[in-house]
Amino acid sequence: MADSLDGSGRCDLSLTVNGTPQTVRAYPMQRLLDVLRHELQLTGAKEGCGEGECGSCSVLFNGALVNSCLIPALQAEGGSITTIEGLAEGPQLNALQKAFLECGGAQCGICTPGMILSASHLLDKNPTPTLDDIREGLAGNLCRCTGYMQIFEAVARAANEGVARPRTPA
Amino acid sequence: MRFDPSDYELIAPGNLQAVVSLLAEEPRQWLPIAGGTDVMVQFVAGKLASRKLVSIWNLPELRDIEVLPTEIRIGAGCTYTELREHIVIAREFPLLASAARWTGGIANQNRGTLGGNIVNASPAADSLPALLAYEAELVLVSIRGERRVPYLDFHTGYKTMQLQGDELVRSICLRRNFAGHLQYTRKVGARNAQAISKVCIAALGRLRGGTIEGGTIEDVRIALGSVAPIPIRLKEVERLLRGKLIGPELVAQTRQMVAAAIQPIDDIRSTAKYRSAVASNLVAEFLEQLRDNGNAA
Amino acid sequence: MTEHVVGTSVPRKEGRDKVTGAARYIDDITLPGMLYGATVRSQIPRGTIKTISFDPKFDWNEFVVVTAEHIPGKNCIALILDDQPCLADGKVNHPEEPILLLAHPDPHLLQKAVDAVAIEYDPLPPLFSIEDSDRCSQVIWGTDNLFKTFLIEKGSVEDAWAKADYIVEGEYTTGAQEQLYIENNGVIASFNADQGLTVWGSLQCPYYVHKALMALCNLPADKVRVVQVETGGAFGGKEEYPSMIAGHASLLAMKSGRPVKIVYDRLEDMTATTKRHPSRTRHRTAVSRTGQILGGEIDFTIDGGAYATLSSVVLSRGTIHAGGPYFWPSVRIRGKAVATNTPPHGAFRGFGAPQSLFAMERHMDRIAQVVGISPAEVRRRNFLKPGQTTTTEQTIREEIDLGKLLDRALELSNYSAKKAQFARENPAGWIKRGMGIAAVLHGAGFTGSGERYLASVVGVEACANGSIRILVSSTEFGQGTNTVLCQIAAEALDLPYENVRIAQPDTDQVPNSGPTVASRTVMVVGNLVRSAAFGLKQTLFASGLLGSLHSPEEFRAAAQRHVATHGALRSFARYEAPEGVFWDDQKYRGEAYATFAWAVYVAEVAVDLSTYTATVEDFVALQEVGRVLNPVLAQGQIAGGVAQGIGFALYERVVWQNGRMQNGQMTNYIMPTSADLPPIRVFFEEMGNIHGAYGAKGIGELPMDGPAPAILNAVENALGTPFDSIPLLPEEIFEAVSKESPAELLATGGE
Repeated sequence: MADSLDGSGRCDLSLTVNGTPQTVRAYPMQRLLDVLRHELQLTGAKEGCGEGECGSCSVLFNGALVNSCLIPALQAEGGSITTIEGLAEGPQLNALQKAFLECGGAQCGICTPGMILSASHLLDKNPTPTLDDIREGLAGNLCRCTGYMQIFEAVARAANEGVARPRTPA
Repeated sequence: MRFDPSDYELIAPGNLQAVVSLLAEEPRQWLPIAGGTDVMVQFVAGKLASRKLVSIWNLPELRDIEVLPTEIRIGAGCTYTELREHIVIAREFPLLASAARWTGGIANQNRGTLGGNIVNASPAADSLPALLAYEAELVLVSIRGERRVPYLDFHTGYKTMQLQGDELVRSICLRRNFAGHLQYTRKVGARNAQAISKVCIAALGRLRGGTIEGGTIEDVRIALGSVAPIPIRLKEVERLLRGKLIGPELVAQTRQMVAAAIQPIDDIRSTAKYRSAVASNLVAEFLEQLRDNGNAA
Repeated sequence: MTEHVVGTSVPRKEGRDKVTGAARYIDDITLPGMLYGATVRSQIPRGTIKTISFDPKFDWNEFVVVTAEHIPGKNCIALILDDQPCLADGKVNHPEEPILLLAHPDPHLLQKAVDAVAIEYDPLPPLFSIEDSDRCSQVIWGTDNLFKTFLIEKGSVEDAWAKADYIVEGEYTTGAQEQLYIENNGVIASFNADQGLTVWGSLQCPYYVHKALMALCNLPADKVRVVQVETGGAFGGKEEYPSMIAGHASLLAMKSGRPVKIVYDRLEDMTATTKRHPSRTRHRTAVSRTGQILGGEIDFTIDGGAYATLSSVVLSRGTIHAGGPYFWPSVRIRGKAVATNTPPHGAFRGFGAPQSLFAMERHMDRIAQVVGISPAEVRRRNFLKPGQTTTTEQTIREEIDLGKLLDRALELSNYSAKKAQFARENPAGWIKRGMGIAAVLHGAGFTGSGERYLASVVGVEACANGSIRILVSSTEFGQGTNTVLCQIAAEALDLPYENVRIAQPDTDQVPNSGPTVASRTVMVVGNLVRSAAFGLKQTLFASGLLGSLHSPEEFRAAAQRHVATHGALRSFARYEAPEGVFWDDQKYRGEAYATFAWAVYVAEVAVDLSTYTATVEDFVALQEVGRVLNPVLAQGQIAGGVAQGIGFALYERVVWQNGRMQNGQMTNYIMPTSADLPPIRVFFEEMGNIHGAYGAKGIGELPMDGPAPAILNAVENALGTPFDSIPLLPEEIFEAVSKESPAELLATGGE
């Protein structure tokens, strides 16, 4: 539980981020997006729209894909967050990241962290998605550069890898 | 940034009893926030008037889906994802499962709750026509205990409802009566995903006998969203349809009645004339399907 | 000649950072002591400022406040006409016009502070449309609201009227379109008296910003430094606009002595920054019995918003492209850019051509109907052939066969069979389907003498450790600049792609290779990279340190040795206009572009008459682009451009009220999601290009031109009802269809 120590309204919140326990000092209504970016310097999650439409702030919260721009910090307490920074295994890219590179799934790259997390979430739930499944799974992530075609290819390729399925910590 | 987190208070008592006690002790002071997909959008836009919020996210008492022989009880804190993935909802309440599927994207479905959709009471809310068609009953809870309210009576006007200042929606009950009905639902938005509806329809129908030529209409319920300040059931239209054989004349009559029964508006997303025309078309399409397919397989 | 790097799909040079979240965009960067800046903007479209008052409940001493009077240099955003103020000085001419600036350490306080500045105005009557501006009921700019006009005349249009068997008229309009890069505009500015001003930002053209800041801040060239950081999409929306936001941050930084970051949120970005110019095109065409264009008049008008900014150049390109890929024996094209009291419109991929080509390609279908031939045939009979001249009398010198391109596109899209099938199936059911064609051209590089004027310079450097670095001001914002330029250098130097890097575009470090616009980067800048790289190689050969058949290790050793012995090793190349290329700026006649790319696009569209919604179900994008230097990147560029074109046609409407955008949020400004787009099937023809690096032509903007008219042609095929205005929304289809009886809703016949 959070305790307000200094009366300023900020409180200490404990969460696990990319497998590492963290304690941050934040206002209960601070957005999880801002906690990640400013308190933890994890700038992979981006603000594109501020209203949960573009998905560039997507992270995994207890394994579920969420828009971090819409989550108050207090509600993230005790939770386990995975950001884009938590996907690669050290210098080794995971299957999705490799596929995005090979297939041209990233152009300007601003939607890419959210898009890859979204795809990761999709493949966790559905390891053999159809094209329609992929379209639906990614419909909450807007990309202005690619027209989505090469993103679909990347996700399909990563799905085919099968063995090298993205690891998503619970 | 148009918002300042330091201007707001958010607490999370962690159980239903504590929340309803708080709502009783300080009436109309605390805004409940569940998944936040509506409240947080207002907050970020600098438009959230309520400065004190109480989190009802993940309250165990609101997360259950209870399957009983004659009804299911869906906790108001269940997310759209949970609705989609629940086998009984998917099988017996496809109007609701579909509405959950086309609310926002996956990320919003993982956080948005059925209770939130009801209480936010947007005229364009995706799940509400389904609840009207199924004639849901709401269980409302407060420090005084629980009471049941037919959902048909719940919304009294634009953003006004039969919810006391210290009450929460606890669960949504749906009677398991519709296995034999044709279930038809469509959402019309500006795009295929992540769209606020311009018109949406949730309808149920059953023909008598279900012969090859089609029987007369035995039961019909038609609910529409985005065509009035609240989601509505077209009771007059249903009265006209009951007991009739579906044919071109009846469909034409129905179209006229639909247009008369709704009050769509011009707004930033669409026009009244368009909404009216589409609403009529969707009802006509429903009747076509009812005539052609009879009842559910 | 077999190339080893060019023509292959090497991975994106900065791709790894992008897929790991390591790429740092401007809002990911914080400097010590940094303040946040915000802009107080006009709430009215036109008027004079009466009073500005600061609510006393704020401690304004905590804030840095900048108004027009604090501007050290000239209060304008230097671009072409220099008519746009950086901060309004007594007068405002559009909603959201910047009036004053605030900065504070706490970004959450800024909006409250902005709200606490009360401004009183004396409003003046505003103009909001091309028609209003034409009428001149108010003069809001210059003497006649006209930013610019162009006139192109070829042959005798009067003869054409005399010979015409048909005269076909049409009016076609396009609305504003928001670039909608997913990363909003943002900059950080820092100033100290010794080093001067440094600005980091999300931008396309560091030297444009550099020029603007010199004038605004009254600083010499060597006291202004502009650095582009990773940029999350631009599409033209960060071509000229960044000079404004950079100017704002710079003024705050200079006044406060602290770094200042300004990053817009989506609402501010959408309502205050540039959009694609709305347009109106009127065609009147003399046509022969067999469907041949004899001549005609084209009136092309664009709405420039409140200030001139880039409207003259957008107008130029739109006017030159207005005749499409067709032979006009005679034509009179009038181009006009007019002023309205809306935020100035600006660069967006295509830059005038999508507007005028939309009209041309809708008009071709109209001509086909009047004459009684098919849309494919009318195009076939009018396509430019090698040896013929364009509307500006530029001779087509390359062996392009547009008829063959059309054939291939029709085959790839199964056009004829589908059209016939739809004609059979459409009468029954709610869904009507149709096929539509669009044929376009797109000139690559700056118009006419533009490239000569730019005089771009490129450097290739061998570093002390023997690695290679490209020095250009050309920026990466997703389209592949870094990757393709490195490919070109690697090819020229016989090195692996991995051994070549590209320097961050920093005006302190790189020469001015021109703006990253006009589809010029691969073609023009790439060619200079190639030259500079050859020059470097020659230097090493001449030094005796390297033989002509060398391994990468030998190259590295030679370069290291050379640098150690002689110091910095840099080879520069400067643009030189090709011989025999002539352009008359007065008559707007001659070689408008070094080369054109050509395309034929085919759209398959389904219109659901229960909801009046048009959806693209299949899309074939076939283009001739000289040489594809990186297939994966090129396909991605075309697919992305087609997606924006589909948005332009069917989804993206700006809702205006009193000159202000009302739907400035992603909820209500609708771009396609992954659930909305058809398979976009991309195909290339490659005929080479003597003016482009390794035969490449520019391709970035080409895909924007064809989709909208192809789609509207398909809708007309499906419904039998013409639509001549985009975006075409279901509400408009409903209006048109509800006026007709159901029996008329049949597809037009097949070929």
